[in-house]
Parts: sequence; structure tokens; C-alpha cells
Amino acid sequence: MKFTEEHEWLKPEGDLVVVGITEHAAEALGEIVFVELPDADNEVSKDDDVVVIESVKAASDILAPLDGTIVEVNEALVENPGLINEDPMEGAWFFKMKLNDPSEMDGLLDENAYKALIG
Amino acid sequence: MISGTMTEEAPKHRKRAMADLNIGCPMADLKQTPLHAMHTDLGAKMVPFAGYDMPVQYPMGVMKEHIHTREHAGLFDVSHMGQVIIRAKSGDVRDAALELERLVPMNIADLGESRQRYAFFTNDKGGILDDLMVANRGDHLFLVVNAACKEADILHMRAHLVDSCDVEVITDRALIALQGPASEGALSRLSDDVAAMRFMDVVTTQIMGAECWVSRSGYTGEDGYEISVPNDKAADVAAALLAMEEVAPIGLGARDSLRLEAGLCLYGNDIDTTTTPVEADLKWAIQKARRTGGDREGGFIGADAILAQFEKGADHKRVGIKPEGRAPMRQGTILFADETSASPIGEITSGGFGPSFEGPVSMGYVPVEFSKTGTQVFAEVRGKRMPATVHDLPFIPANFKR
Repeated sequence: MKFTEEHEWLKPEGDLVVVGITEHAAEALGEIVFVELPDADNEVSKDDDVVVIESVKAASDILAPLDGTIVEVNEALVENPGLINEDPMEGAWFFKMKLNDPSEMDGLLDENAYKALIG
Repeated sequence: MISGTMTEEAPKHRKRAMADLNIGCPMADLKQTPLHAMHTDLGAKMVPFAGYDMPVQYPMGVMKEHIHTREHAGLFDVSHMGQVIIRAKSGDVRDAALELERLVPMNIADLGESRQRYAFFTNDKGGILDDLMVANRGDHLFLVVNAACKEADILHMRAHLVDSCDVEVITDRALIALQGPASEGALSRLSDDVAAMRFMDVVTTQIMGAECWVSRSGYTGEDGYEISVPNDKAADVAAALLAMEEVAPIGLGARDSLRLEAGLCLYGNDIDTTTTPVEADLKWAIQKARRTGGDREGGFIGADAILAQFEKGADHKRVGIKPEGRAPMRQGTILFADETSASPIGEITSGGFGPSFEGPVSMGYVPVEFSKTGTQVFAEVRGKRMPATVHDLPFIPANFKR
């Protein structure tokens, strides 16, 4: 599993990667009450706004972690945004994407580097 | 009651990338209330708010804190707010009341002893400088003003009342709000005097050996009390209340969602120097005695503008706005008449998720022709026009002990 400085996690699954937000991020955001997901089959560039989440406190964007195509989104989050607080690292994945260049994963943070980032 | 804006904590009107998560960094120059150590001991997430290091939430979380307050009782530290005593140099509280009436469009002179009233300071354009509570405590008036405005309010009062009154800023007292249907039962275990109080009554009572000034009021739409307690007893009183099963500590996050559902204005968001009482739909707060034809008509700063607007009406008005979808419409969201028109008709001034309403809730200003309940408007959220409906305020019925 890899991490971004934007508090996302990326987990390889076959030739796709699954993307979600970290437990640290979910906790810092507070209870999440609204999620807007992108369309599937959506070509994105790194740092594009792709998901909007709103907590009881504020709206936040989830950025595309790398260049690629979003091929599947987790519709369950729309019905139950609270899942992000309950199960951020597994059940509350946001989308699956096919990376243009899978080797770019190597440039992301590993778990130790991410833990160091969040202190 | 009222507090400054939430912007220090989370800018609601702009989207934030996830990298900006470090909410709650300690800042060296922030003031602390007498309950600060209690907040940190309870595991609160602290944020800068109106110059104070304040709890935005406790481990329970904003949503549960909100629901707990509506169902049981919540304890809020509102010690950052300003407490002020006004005494007439003549010694007669009525003289102090008549003097204060030059700064607020309320009937203060006929406010009975041990009664409290909502008020606001106005400017010469009819805008609102701050909103506040005023109590008649027998030989003096007791005011509670917003934290973010308190220095300016005190200068304003001193400038205008210097010849006739002493304006004393109370710095040796904390202020604790206890809100929710279980408040009466909880506080009654510490004082015999509070159960008989009605909404907006004030009393002086002993709580754990400390002289407390208690009002039956609050900023949640629920029954409850605000307790002015000496600084050195504040932690003891708060701890005694929190030891009761029905009482939980509640942070600024839930305070904001509670007041929003209750349709109560947040100074700096929903009312400010550019909004008049008529536009803010606060005409009810201006008693007959101060209106045109009243016993003490006008005579307050901005009376010409405000009383003229009473007659002819305002061209826009504060209303409740219910987003039709699930997406919250937050402060700064622009409103349109339809899905395509280019010119805005208004703006959201407060908005978020209403845990008791179980959906997003907002307040904002629209032209009067759009202010009727049920009127559809459109809000531009992230570049898309989303439908919303003008909604009666409050979103959740008030639960006061009249």
C-alpha cells in the first residue's frame, strides 16, 4: 500500500489501484455527511479534483493521486457517507483507477514515510 | 447565545484540499478560559476562535454532541464571550436602561427585574454592530456580548454612556451554558432556585458555594441555562455537572449546528454592519415602544433608517434555505433564481449539516419576492446549480420553558 501527502491511500488490485483516504484524514475531517463521486470511465490527471466530501465541519476535495482513468466508483458511500469514518481503510474506498504509468506508484510514500508525515 | 465566526476553524465557503488537515494547531498568543485544562483533559480538539483556544469537539464528535444536547443536556464553555455590567451613576437601573436605549432599538426601560431580553447595537446606517443579551438585575444591567466584538462593544458603550453610567467589564467570571431538555433536572441538583425559572428569567443563586448569575436562555433552541460563575469555581461547577449521566461536554462545532437548526443568527455570518434588523427578519426583537408611534419612538442610533424600513419594507430578507439534495450549502454560496440566469439574487450566510434535521440546512438572504416559504431557488455549488427551497425558521421547533 502507498500513500500521498494528501492523505490518500492506494492499494494495487490486479492492474488497477484502489484509492481511499487514511484513518488519520477521516478522523481529522470529522463525521462525513456528503460525498460526490466522479463518473466512471473518467480520464484524470494528477491533482484534478475528483471527489468532494463534506464533513460536519467543512468541504474537502480528494485529488487524483496520479494520471489515469477512473474505472469504478464506490456508490455505497453516497448512500452512507458515515462509512468513511467507520471503515476508511477498507470498505470506504472511493474509486478504482487504471494508471497511465503504474511505475509512478514507486514515487509515492510508503507506510513509514506517511506515518512520519502525520507525526 | 452568539459567538464570532467559525472561519478560524474551517472556511466553509471554499473547498479545501486534504493537505490542509492540520486543524487545531496550538497557537502561542491565544487566550484561555478558566475551563481550558478541563477541555484538554477531556480530549477536546482545540481551535483558535475569536482569540481564544476553544474546544471545537470532544471525542464524542460533532454529530453525537448535537443529538445529545437535543435529547439530554450539553455543557458548553462560553467564557470567551464578554460579560459587562452597566450601572447608572444615579443608582437607578431605569436610568441605565434609558441610556442603553440610545444604543439599542429595544425596550430596556420596561424590562422587568430578573428578566432578560435579546438586543443588538445598531450603527447610523441601521446596520448591526453586535447582538447581545441584556438582563435587568435589580440595581444594574448585565450584558453578554459576542467574543469577537467585545472590545469594540465596550468602547462603543463607554463612548456613549460615559457621562451617565459606569461600564464595568467582568473578567473574574466564566460563563457556562447548559442546554437541552435534561438541563433543569441536572442544574436543580446544584441549586433550588433554577427549576421555577421561566424562559428569559435571571436569578442570583448559590451553586457549590459560589454566587452564580443564571439565566434561562441559550443558543440552541432548547431549554437551558447560562451560568456566570466566578473563575475559581468554574471548573468545580462544570465538573459537577459533567459527572451527571445526562450531561456531556459540547464543542463549538455542535454549537454552530444547533443554533443553525434553531434559526438563530451568528454575528459575522448572518448579521453584520451591512444588514439591518428588518432585512435580518429581526423586527420581532424591536418592541412597540421604540417603533413609530411608540412611547419612546426612535432615539437609537440608526433609528431613521430602521424605522423607515419598517414602514416600506426591505428589498431583501434573511430566510431559511433547505437544499433539496444532500450537499450542504455553506457560507458564501451564491443564489440564483433559476438554473441559467447570470445575475445572482442572494447568498448563503450560514450552512451545514443539521444532525437533528437529518439533512443540510442553510440561512441566507434573498429578494423579498423570493422569501415566501416553498419558493425554489438555485445555489451554485462547485460550478453546478443545485435546487433549494425557502424554508421556515427554525428548522427544528424550539423547546423553551415559557
